[in-house]
Amino acid sequence: MVAVRLWGSLAELADGQQTVEIEAANLRQLLDGLARDYPALKPQLDRGVSVSIDGKIYNDAWATPISEESEVVLLNRLVGG
Amino acid sequence: MPKDEYQSRDFRVVGTRPIRPDGIDKVTGKARYGADISAPGMLWGAILRSPHAHARIKGIDTSKARAMKGVKAVITRADFTHQPEDADMADILDNCMAGDKARYDGHAVAAVAATSKSIARAALAAIEVDYEVLPHVTDVDEAMKPSAPVVETGRQQENVPEGYSENVTGRSQYGHGDPESGFEKADLIVERSFKTAATHQGYIEPHACLATLGSDGQGDLWVCTQGHYMVRNVCAGVLGLDAGQLRVTASEIGGGFGGKTHVWMEPTALMLARKSGKPVKLVMSRDEVFRATGPTASSSVDVKIGMTKDGTITGATASYRLQAGAYPGGIAFLSAMCGFAPYDLENVRTEGFEVMTNRPKAAAYRAPGAPMGAYPVESVIDELCQKLDLDPLETRLKNAAREGTKSSYGPTYPAIGLEATLNAAKSHPHWSAPLGPNQGRGVACGFWFNFGGDTCVSLMVNPDGTVSLSEGNPDIGGSRASMTMMAAEELGVPLDQVRTIIADTASLGQNEVTDGSRVTFAVGLATIKAARHAIQIMKERAAMTWGIDPEAVDWRDGAAHPAGPNAGKFPPMTIKEIAAIASNTGGPIAGHHEVNAEGAGVSFATHMVDTEVDPETGAVKVLRYTVFQDAGKAVHPDYVEGQFQGGAAQGIGWAINEEYIYGDDGRLQNAGFLDYRIPVASDLPMIEPVILEIPNPGHPYGVRGVGETSIVPPLAAIANSVSRAAGVRLTSLPMSPPKVLAALKAE
Repeated sequence: MVAVRLWGSLAELADGQQTVEIEAANLRQLLDGLARDYPALKPQLDRGVSVSIDGKIYNDAWATPISEESEVVLLNRLVGG
Repeated sequence: MPKDEYQSRDFRVVGTRPIRPDGIDKVTGKARYGADISAPGMLWGAILRSPHAHARIKGIDTSKARAMKGVKAVITRADFTHQPEDADMADILDNCMAGDKARYDGHAVAAVAATSKSIARAALAAIEVDYEVLPHVTDVDEAMKPSAPVVETGRQQENVPEGYSENVTGRSQYGHGDPESGFEKADLIVERSFKTAATHQGYIEPHACLATLGSDGQGDLWVCTQGHYMVRNVCAGVLGLDAGQLRVTASEIGGGFGGKTHVWMEPTALMLARKSGKPVKLVMSRDEVFRATGPTASSSVDVKIGMTKDGTITGATASYRLQAGAYPGGIAFLSAMCGFAPYDLENVRTEGFEVMTNRPKAAAYRAPGAPMGAYPVESVIDELCQKLDLDPLETRLKNAAREGTKSSYGPTYPAIGLEATLNAAKSHPHWSAPLGPNQGRGVACGFWFNFGGDTCVSLMVNPDGTVSLSEGNPDIGGSRASMTMMAAEELGVPLDQVRTIIADTASLGQNEVTDGSRVTFAVGLATIKAARHAIQIMKERAAMTWGIDPEAVDWRDGAAHPAGPNAGKFPPMTIKEIAAIASNTGGPIAGHHEVNAEGAGVSFATHMVDTEVDPETGAVKVLRYTVFQDAGKAVHPDYVEGQFQGGAAQGIGWAINEEYIYGDDGRLQNAGFLDYRIPVASDLPMIEPVILEIPNPGHPYGVRGVGETSIVPPLAAIANSVSRAAGVRLTSLPMSPPKVLAALKAE
């Protein structure tokens, strides 16, 4: 299981949990698992998120590996200028 | 260690300052910008824009315009028969051409194509629009009230609490710990509210494009943009075209700074071209650029910070309210993520509200949201330092984030460079230089993420051994120079043997927009890997020639060498010699690399500025400015320094002069550079750039992005300087003479 930290307003949609546990070995499994286990998060997941894995930020690379020891933080989808 | 991770090395080309490859064309006028592109039989396009901030469009009569001699096409929203399913795409269509209502002063409502500019303008005047004027709102705090006029209903996200206007479309919260318990431990708490005005990126080149689109769905678009792949994809989505049938070529670009990361009018040009059967050129006036393309958001912010007498921050909160313009979206979440990111805090909480108003759709301005995030936080830290008699640099060092710090937005930092910028600032002569009467010195820190994203590069070894490199990102900050340098470095050839071009959308795979400070990092990574691919092929060709295994061949100094005595005795084969026999050894030689380059390294900066306030007039003069920023590795230091200086110069304008001014009628009052004053050379001191190089572990050369972080600290650094010079805390930008004078008189 991977511990995923949610930002504040998302935690409100995950039964108030700041951190949730998801069975996942890569980024795609993580995003699918979040939508499956916490359906209230799906609108935000559909709009897009970024994910910090051990301090590096990922947007789309589904195959990015995640270990049970990884620090995983969900973030709003980042944009630049 | 994987080869795409950082490896320390001695550079031969990277880090030098060669003459920029685009320089001669730009100073001699040969460079072709968006408005310089023409075609035989071309028509001139023009757009009719709403004079109202908010109005229902009851009807549009184009009959008189269509009957005019020389007018070849007139279009309204009714001509855009494809309705995108995607909500974002539908918003872009509506922004390019209003549907049932005009949402802001300057919103496009019709367009014409004619044989001359004057006929096109006359045709616009002949179009009759029947408006029903609606109540409007342009102020972010007013727009959040439940009683405010609503720009569009039904767009509120599930994360917005009850009690807000439907104009509030999104809310985000970040942080950890318990700020309230942190405040209880503080010796002093400062709580203040701040405002920043909407400012335009102020690029010198207005938006411009030339479009063709046949009845068979095939089209070409030449356009000034930060991302021609994005333009292709959006135009195809808005118009219902196949992306592969639309080829988009990026022109030279006269500035973007985030304002050219969107599509504002290109579907209109394509629709005019389709309807007229002719190429159509569309060039915005400066008035149109101000009224109809995204300035950055205005903001209203509340900040509260508690600090002990020794300078430790014990608790911190911030609430950011940013106006997003007339469509959902926004960047308040980035303010909420970035505001406290430079600091190691036990108790911190931020929230961001995205708010629609009757203004043009807001766009990024370099690091979107981050300057508005940093300005209030850094201002309150400075005030705490003043009241507790603390050194502002030492206090920031005491609270500075470092490797292993849990950031205010969640992740734990890897190796970062904030402390290095603060220490460099502390030891710089600027910090100890004396100040005169009515002068003040301000410092502030800033943070930005930096991105990677989809990237493609092709590197062709030509028959004479020279190299042609194709990348897919418009060069807004020197990418042709830096890619040329990285390719030459990797191949071991002289710089003048490599030429880099920006390829059109039919020539390379998908490329992300030139934004997020991503290009030197991501395209550089792809360039290095494309060069390594070509080197591998050239080693194989040399091995074939020598009759040995490719593994027994090394590449150095631009030539293949036998790897050791056991490989055999052969004279080196240069790239020129290998290229000359390419047809005999397997055919043309090219390397390429396609990647989603994720995992970019974050960046920090510290800015230091001296100002003088005229107590008679309230005018602010910037006397001295120094930028300390971590670049990872500066590939071409001239360009890096230019990015540092450019961010500071734009920040000076944002802090002191620039603002969108709306009248009570909701119309923009200062849509031109005469009344919207950006800094000119005489307003600026020499801005001294200090480059620090803390390698990014995720790039072979250690490169981080540099283009955006430099806009983050200036607002706060200048506000802190002016507040110290004036002896009163300034909390509203711009700090124009009337505001400063009023603050002085109120003190």
